[in-house]
Amino acid sequence: MQATRRLGAFLRPYWHWATLAPLLMMIEVAMDLMQPRLVQRIVDEGIARLDLSLVLTTGLWMVGIAIVGLIGGAGCTVFSVLAGQGFGADLRRALFGKVQALSFGNLDKLGTGKLITRLTNDVTQVQEMVMMLLRIMVRAPLMLIGSAIMAVLTSPQLALLFLILIPVVTVALVWIIRKTYPMFSEVQRRLDGLNTVLQENLAGVRVVKAFVREKHEIGRFRRTNDSLMAQNIVAAQTAALTMPIVMLALNLGVVAALWIGGERVMAGGMKVGQVIAFINYLTQTLWSLVMVSQLTMRFSRSEASAERVLEVLDSQPEVANRPDAQTEIAAEGRVAFEKVTFSYNGDGHDAVLRNVSFVAEPGQTVAILGATGSGKSSLVHLIPRFYDVASGRVTIDGLDVRDADETALRSKVGISLQESVLFSGTIRDNIRYGRPDASDEEVMAAARLAQAHDFIVAFPTGYDSPVGQRGVNLSGGQKQRIAIARALLTQPRVLILDDSTSAVDIETESRIQEALAGLRPRPTSFVIAQRISSVLTADKILVLDDGRIAAEGTHDELLASSGIYREIYESQMDNGALSHG
Amino acid sequence: MAEPKTERRQVRSLPVGWTATPVPPLMGRGGPPHMRMLAKVEHAKDSRGVMLRLWGYLRRQRASLVVTALTVVATTALHLVTPYLLGIAIDRHILQGDLWGLARICLLMLSAHVASSLLSWLQVYIMAAASQRTVRDMRNDLFENLQTLSLRFFDQRAHGDLMSRLTNDMDNVSVVLAQSITQLVSGVLTLVGVVGMMLWLNPQLALISLLTTPPIMLLLTRWVGKRTRTSFREQQASLGALNGLIEETITGQRVVKAFAREQAVLAEFDGANRSLQQAATRAQTFAGFIGPMMNLVNNLGLAIVAGAGGWMAVQGMATVGTIASFINYTRQFGRPLNEIAHLYNSIQSAVAGAERVFETIDEKPELADAADAQPLTQITGQVSFDDVSFGYEVNVPVLKRVDLCAEPGQVVALVGPTGAGKTTIVNLLTRFYDIDDGRIRLDGQDIRGIKLHDLRRQLGIVLQDTFLFADSVLENIRYGRPDATDGEVIAAARLANADQFIHRLPQGYDTVLSERGSNLSQGQRQLLAIARAVLADPGILVLDEATSSVDTRTEKHIQEAMLRLMANRTSFVIAHRLSTIRKADQILVINEGEIIERGTHEELLARRGFYHHLYNSQFRADGRGQTASQASG
Repeated sequence: MQATRRLGAFLRPYWHWATLAPLLMMIEVAMDLMQPRLVQRIVDEGIARLDLSLVLTTGLWMVGIAIVGLIGGAGCTVFSVLAGQGFGADLRRALFGKVQALSFGNLDKLGTGKLITRLTNDVTQVQEMVMMLLRIMVRAPLMLIGSAIMAVLTSPQLALLFLILIPVVTVALVWIIRKTYPMFSEVQRRLDGLNTVLQENLAGVRVVKAFVREKHEIGRFRRTNDSLMAQNIVAAQTAALTMPIVMLALNLGVVAALWIGGERVMAGGMKVGQVIAFINYLTQTLWSLVMVSQLTMRFSRSEASAERVLEVLDSQPEVANRPDAQTEIAAEGRVAFEKVTFSYNGDGHDAVLRNVSFVAEPGQTVAILGATGSGKSSLVHLIPRFYDVASGRVTIDGLDVRDADETALRSKVGISLQESVLFSGTIRDNIRYGRPDASDEEVMAAARLAQAHDFIVAFPTGYDSPVGQRGVNLSGGQKQRIAIARALLTQPRVLILDDSTSAVDIETESRIQEALAGLRPRPTSFVIAQRISSVLTADKILVLDDGRIAAEGTHDELLASSGIYREIYESQMDNGALSHG
Repeated sequence: MAEPKTERRQVRSLPVGWTATPVPPLMGRGGPPHMRMLAKVEHAKDSRGVMLRLWGYLRRQRASLVVTALTVVATTALHLVTPYLLGIAIDRHILQGDLWGLARICLLMLSAHVASSLLSWLQVYIMAAASQRTVRDMRNDLFENLQTLSLRFFDQRAHGDLMSRLTNDMDNVSVVLAQSITQLVSGVLTLVGVVGMMLWLNPQLALISLLTTPPIMLLLTRWVGKRTRTSFREQQASLGALNGLIEETITGQRVVKAFAREQAVLAEFDGANRSLQQAATRAQTFAGFIGPMMNLVNNLGLAIVAGAGGWMAVQGMATVGTIASFINYTRQFGRPLNEIAHLYNSIQSAVAGAERVFETIDEKPELADAADAQPLTQITGQVSFDDVSFGYEVNVPVLKRVDLCAEPGQVVALVGPTGAGKTTIVNLLTRFYDIDDGRIRLDGQDIRGIKLHDLRRQLGIVLQDTFLFADSVLENIRYGRPDATDGEVIAAARLANADQFIHRLPQGYDTVLSERGSNLSQGQRQLLAIARAVLADPGILVLDEATSSVDTRTEKHIQEAMLRLMANRTSFVIAHRLSTIRKADQILVINEGEIIERGTHEELLARRGFYHHLYNSQFRADGRGQTASQASG
């Protein structure tokens, strides 16, 4: 209940609609509850006294009441939808806005897939729950209480039946819900198992075929499928008890009412119309009880969604602008790391970088080398402040990056990330991403530098060629080059290339390096690479080992002085790393 | 390469765009129509054909169907009888002061109700099992056919789509089979029965109520229905657009941040959000009207029965009991009509889903064994390509008239720029795809004449992207040869230099790998893949040596392991390591789909051609050249 209640704050701007909806629903319910009463009047007063005009006028009253009920119901619909959709839109906006404000660390912890689910499925679930709340969840309890009251008013003696029926039905419903809830959770679990088999077969289809294991996989699938089926059957069969039990209780109640009521009528203590009306109200009450139980089940599901939504809304961005953040920065581009220590979980444990200090002069090319997990990406991610250091400082031209305004900082620091993500749109739009108002000449110039221009114009529609979602119709190397062009277009003072030429062959890579070397003014460049051939021409090479700088210098200096560097060099050269794709 | 996301969460609940939830039988009969309004309705292209096929599957559960049919008829009959008994109870007993008669009728009604409850439970009980068995059969058929399909099929389809067919679509089908069919049948029977009973009890009253309420209902539903359908389409479109935006943005959120584009993205979002809000408000308001309208119709029906019936009672043309029965029947009339309208939608959607499932079941495998395909047991390992041409797509040739020949035990290195065709040669050799022109021969025999499974068993493959299963290390290695003993598995691991790191894992060989083997490093995964290939002991080896981000020590291990693997086996290596190339018996230089040079390392260097250039560009700036900053001065 907690989570949904908290989200209720989003409903506040629509409070007028949110109150009108239930009120109008009350009208519909009230009208519905009056109908059996009016039937009672027709029978007991109209027919019994052979009063035709009474019968007809009451009939007309019933029609009138039905129409009023429609207005109530339709009105409730309109207002509950307005309130619910408004709520949903605001919630989505708040969630999306929050995601935009979050920093890399938050994104790592929450996970892309999960975030998407929360913005789509979970919000929808909660929104639906709100709309249901304003409509059906008002109706069912009102009906329940209202018809029970009417039943009592119609015949207090018969109403004693409720004392037996309602507890019995409630107990039965609760028991069934308790039993079936874990059963359905188990169904989901087994369904997950089935999904896993299928997913592995889809992703590993080459392996399955290469090792000729189709039969084995089919057997595996069949077993999982059978287990799923068995659980589904058990769950469904147990849940199937609900309706028969409720119907039985209801009908037994009707028969009992008929018997007792009939006796009373014959003894003169009750009228026939009363009995008929009572039976109507009894039916209505028990149905509403069932409805309420079904709604409670829905509710728990949406509560889970509400919690997930709140998890995102409650996150605090790990990296945020300071109040007096500087917007004028990076005139020259001298980047310095001073005794920097960093770890992903922020508390200094499992430090990914330890006591790293170095200086990159304006215009220098600094290459960073090291094994996986040695801290290369983490190091460069600190420069545009995707993460904050645990201790020490990162400065650009003497200004601590934490004192810089994020937007200004990132417009001066261009980065081509390890995963080159492109968006749907044209190639031109993608290159212009960092600076949407760049001219076509500038776009082409950037593409030429990144050695992308040639293959772009080879496409039938050239720069206007659409890039599929996440750039699917381009090869890995092409995507990387477009990402580099994108970074270059912003004319950064500090350029970071994070393993951004891994899918590009050596020839093209060196041409890119030459092009970059020819840029005026030269940006201070950080190049992370796997292949030693990529770093041979750097002004400074940093060798990272387990988070520390193990060696620093030019290629020649390091060959002479550093054992680690030599080892890497020799192993790669010997094996050729003749990597051309 | 984009990996299929672990989309299980999304697949489990319905695809985005749907808002109904899979309904356990709890919400079957008598639930308010309001609740299922938001479901998306699709229409199959060939509904009749699909329904016939579904029926074909269902028919296998013969006994269940018979019992269900009987119970449906019985319960409907009982439901029809009880209001009649109510009327009798009132007219002949209560109003006549006949206590014993009343008692008898009450007992009769009691037994009718008990029987009806038992029967209806039995009905759901049986249909639940029958429908689940049917769905199970369909799922099996889907998966089995999937195993026969060629790589091209998998390349061209999004995994999420296929998975959705197995789960969401099948879920819908099972709900329809379990509930909707019986509801439909009993609904129709009830309608017919109710009309019949009403006409039998009192034709005039029946006519009055039947000629008024149903037409009103039809009018109203048509008015609302039309508007609902069009506005739903708009809603779905807006929803799709918004969700696409969300997915793309969040997946690329880091880029958004890196380029400080948060504001721009928010503005885009606001636009899409507003559109959705407007479209959804309209759609759901109209859809929401259905409930109150049905209510109105019910109440009007009640008013007409009470009013007209009362009038007739005063005139002596009807009895009070009849009125009571009629009220009950009118209620019974309204509900099935409502349900049938919604059932129609859910059945349509399920049929559309079933159609998608059948589509996959019907896919023909692209590559099949020829009728006279030969089995293959022992091979020497001689491979030749004769004038082979191939393209993944028509008019986009990837290989052009390639000729090559590898003698048994030779190491053939394939080198060349990205996209030159090296991986394609491998794909063709394993017959993952079929060639367009020419012949590929193994020991002199065209591989198209060999049984596919035997061919692949003789080929060992270690690919660039290592795929491992979420199973123990032992089982993953054993995948290479299912009947291998534990000892043989460990021996293979030793040969592959994997034994060492496996021992250091928390449970050693019994350590269970996480999905896709992600709790191991890249290098370790490659070593496992090599062990797997070693165990398979193939006659021909295909290796892709891509250097990934691996540390030097593991590099050495992998290198050694690969060398051991290649010993005494015809090996095709997509080579990246100079040592491999230097030692190869044959180097094939591939560029733009053609083999432009071939020979040993020394021969090719002497030729001073493409290979020579490629080899030297590796070392161009190596100390002997100038560094970039020196060059620019």
